[in-house]
Amino acid sequence: MIPAAFDYIRAASADEAIAALAEHGDEAKLIAGGHSLIPLMRFRLATPSYLVDIGRLDDLTYVRDAGEHLAIGALTRHRDIEVSDLVMSQTGLLAEATRSVGDIQVRHRGTIGGAIAHGDAASDIPAALLALRATVVSKGPNGEREIAIDDFFSGFLETALDETELLTEIRVPKVPDARWSFQKFNRRAQDWAIVGASILLDGDRAGVGLVNMDSVPTRANAVEAALAGGADAAAAADVAAEGADVPSDLNASSEYREHLARVLVRRGLEAAGRA
Amino acid sequence: MDVSVTVNGTHQSHDVEPRTLLVHYLREVCGLTGTNVGCDTSSCGACTVHLDGESVKSCTVFAAQVDGQSVTTIEGLADTAPGDGMHPMQRAFMECHGLQCGYCTPGMVMAAVSLLDEVPNPNEADVREGLEGNLCRCTGYHNIVKAVLSAAEAGA
Repeated sequence: MIPAAFDYIRAASADEAIAALAEHGDEAKLIAGGHSLIPLMRFRLATPSYLVDIGRLDDLTYVRDAGEHLAIGALTRHRDIEVSDLVMSQTGLLAEATRSVGDIQVRHRGTIGGAIAHGDAASDIPAALLALRATVVSKGPNGEREIAIDDFFSGFLETALDETELLTEIRVPKVPDARWSFQKFNRRAQDWAIVGASILLDGDRAGVGLVNMDSVPTRANAVEAALAGGADAAAAADVAAEGADVPSDLNASSEYREHLARVLVRRGLEAAGRA
Repeated sequence: MDVSVTVNGTHQSHDVEPRTLLVHYLREVCGLTGTNVGCDTSSCGACTVHLDGESVKSCTVFAAQVDGQSVTTIEGLADTAPGDGMHPMQRAFMECHGLQCGYCTPGMVMAAVSLLDEVPNPNEADVREGLEGNLCRCTGYHNIVKAVLSAAEAGA
């Protein structure tokens, strides 16, 4: 289908984008790579009156070593992240999860910031960032603020970003010695995950993020607690679905998703070396 | 709004609606109908073109977004390689019979050329994974993969 008509604004700077958002309020949407937004607009599930294009803000395209963490510009494309030596060596889980997003054409356009700002529980990237305990940086009329990834996803396709805020950076703690695994179950190559699991084991610390197990990207708190208490992979995976409000749709019932979560978390823990 | 794009090496400038998708711009405004519309939902890859040399799905890009950039379609591909009017990837598809009905072929060829730019010496698994964004509903994947491997060997 053809999207509904809109006015197009190209922002030449982050401040220009923020000013456009402030002027047009919830009538405006930011577009970066557009690979979440354009499909929604084509189905007319989204009908913004103004589209503010931030795709040319090249100063938000980078992967930098910032000491304790990697700083990744919000407009960095998936493809640039998956082949980044820094990402592969310091936060390998993110490279692996990114590689499973869509296909190479999609990853040539889609950005890490867009994938997070869309707030989709079915997206692979948020689960990896939950496991890695990332921090998101946003900029608005009142300046910058940091948002912990656990506070970022607030509801179905909703985030903690204010309507006048622009996501600018993702800070991912460096874990060069961690072991990790990204598990994804889908019916066809390039499909969204029916369920996915991001596993990070870094010494005594475990991070487990789940894809498509709730209305928002989810941390498997019960699994992390079980691992901290010394549980083995099978016992920890047993509680993978605990506390989640699991969706049911044409791809899978909630019971089947719960089963998949237990299997994928166990496989992921074993692949990451947890007995 | 005015959109200026270099399409197959030729400067194009048109007044288009902001909601014009790149695939419709190429087909209906520029008259380049080699790029096909398949699923229309960025799944099938039939509409794959190169944007500044990289494969993208033109059904999921607004023409406005590519203002000032360079687009190559299947019609312009041969011009990017020396020879007799056919890009080595096109010749490889012909020689390996990498098509049946041919509908997915322009997108497959464009995706394959971009893949070899990024992964010059792929193995079979690299090719199959690299083309996961392109569907062939004749399911003729075997010869498509053979064609891409043969083009890679020939240094396409």
